[in-house]
Amino acid sequence: MVPQDLHYTKDHEWVRLSGDEATVGITKFAADQLGDIVFVELPVVGKTLAAAATFGVVESVKAVSDLFSPLSGEVTEVNPTLAGQPELVNSDPFGAGWMLKLKVSDAGELAALLDPAAYDQLIAEA
Amino acid sequence: MTEPAAEATVHSSPLAERHQALGAKMTTFGGWQMPLQYAGIIEEHLAVRERAGLFDLSHMGELFVEGPDAAAALSSALVSDPSKLAVGRAQYSMICAANGGILDDLIVYRLADERFLVVANAGNAPLVSDLLAQRVEPFRAILDDGSLATALCAVQGPRSIEIVTPLTGLDLAAIRYYGIAEGNVAGIPAMVARTGYTGEDGFEIFVETARAGELWDALWAAGQPAGMAPVGLGARDTLRLEAGMPLYGNDLDPSVNPYEANLGRVVGLDKPDDFVGRDALRRIAEAGPSRLLVGLTMTGRGIARHGYPVYAGERATGVVTSGTLSPTLGRAIALAYVAPGDAEPGTIVEVEIRAARVAAEVVPLPFYRRPR
Repeated sequence: MVPQDLHYTKDHEWVRLSGDEATVGITKFAADQLGDIVFVELPVVGKTLAAAATFGVVESVKAVSDLFSPLSGEVTEVNPTLAGQPELVNSDPFGAGWMLKLKVSDAGELAALLDPAAYDQLIAEA
Repeated sequence: MTEPAAEATVHSSPLAERHQALGAKMTTFGGWQMPLQYAGIIEEHLAVRERAGLFDLSHMGELFVEGPDAAAALSSALVSDPSKLAVGRAQYSMICAANGGILDDLIVYRLADERFLVVANAGNAPLVSDLLAQRVEPFRAILDDGSLATALCAVQGPRSIEIVTPLTGLDLAAIRYYGIAEGNVAGIPAMVARTGYTGEDGFEIFVETARAGELWDALWAAGQPAGMAPVGLGARDTLRLEAGMPLYGNDLDPSVNPYEANLGRVVGLDKPDDFVGRDALRRIAEAGPSRLLVGLTMTGRGIARHGYPVYAGERATGVVTSGTLSPTLGRAIALAYVAPGDAEPGTIVEVEIRAARVAAEVVPLPFYRRPR
């Protein structure tokens, strides 16, 4: 079972909402599929992201994958630890492996995301 | 008229159940369903560098060429000269088109005076099998495609010899690098070659497919005290890249000739027999290649990948053909084709990574050389 307090995208990002601040990362399922993560490229603070827009890339030894913003908003913080320890995305994807924080511009977009049960079903069928 | 494309057949390894039991993530490669990784690419990679790894290479193509003129037939079919091989020795070779383009890179083993084993890449094996059959046809030699009947397991890494020794009566120390001997391994008739694709010492063990499981189980048990890990294609790729070995489909393809790939030493332009591609390759050797395969280490932040453009200043100079983060060196490395004038080690170039230019330096190959 995935964490119950999060929202999910079908591209395997997660969102933790606290007021109008959203913390974003990728799920354990995604991290496991990618394998050893060796590089994470994140946007600059202050950048405005649209929902479903690419916000960066995550690279495993083998491949490069795009990261998609679950919600629209302005980047207020990126995880500074991932530059030196990208493997945190594998070892603690829902915690220390978080990627960025957004000031959410349209909380209504949350309705388009998956709830934990729907995401569990998505990965069960993957 | 061309025939309608046949349904693509995906072969499964005779060891598929064992991979599943070990929790392997599988992938399709060269028409075969093979293990991509088990515990993880980095862990598997380091196991091979530090101890040993066990590889299922059942996907590789095994082509036997036999007959009184087998040596001459292969010399005419390939760019190298297998007639120079002593029995029990092997050479790296290539099969080229008439225009000099590389159709596959191969290892040729001389098993007997009149019997050779040619090991081809999985994805090319059907093509190489057909071409070899055609090219040896004028000679007193026949091609026997043993790809499906033959399985291959490799043990690679510094502890390989101590792992395999208890399983065989063969004197493994007497098999030199690029040598091969026939004998029993775990009671199974086998051909044992001291070759590999990792940059480490190790053995490649060919047995009949029906006995692949027995061989794997025996190697697996023998390797446990030495900390041997099962290793998938993911780490096989990073290991060969650190060792500076090209991968067909990434770094080699029909548009590339051996001189561009820095493999001119393999081409026997002066061998007595004519061979397919000779005229074109002679012209290329005389004119000099128009691009060269080089090693790059990224000095800026980012990982170069297959297909990324390479620039020398504002001038486009070439393209990356393989790239990864080197688990041994902890930095991003790549193979790329660049203009000959930019191929000297120490040359600073830039790789375009997602619309940004990232600095890289041309370095001598290999990236990694095992301690002796």
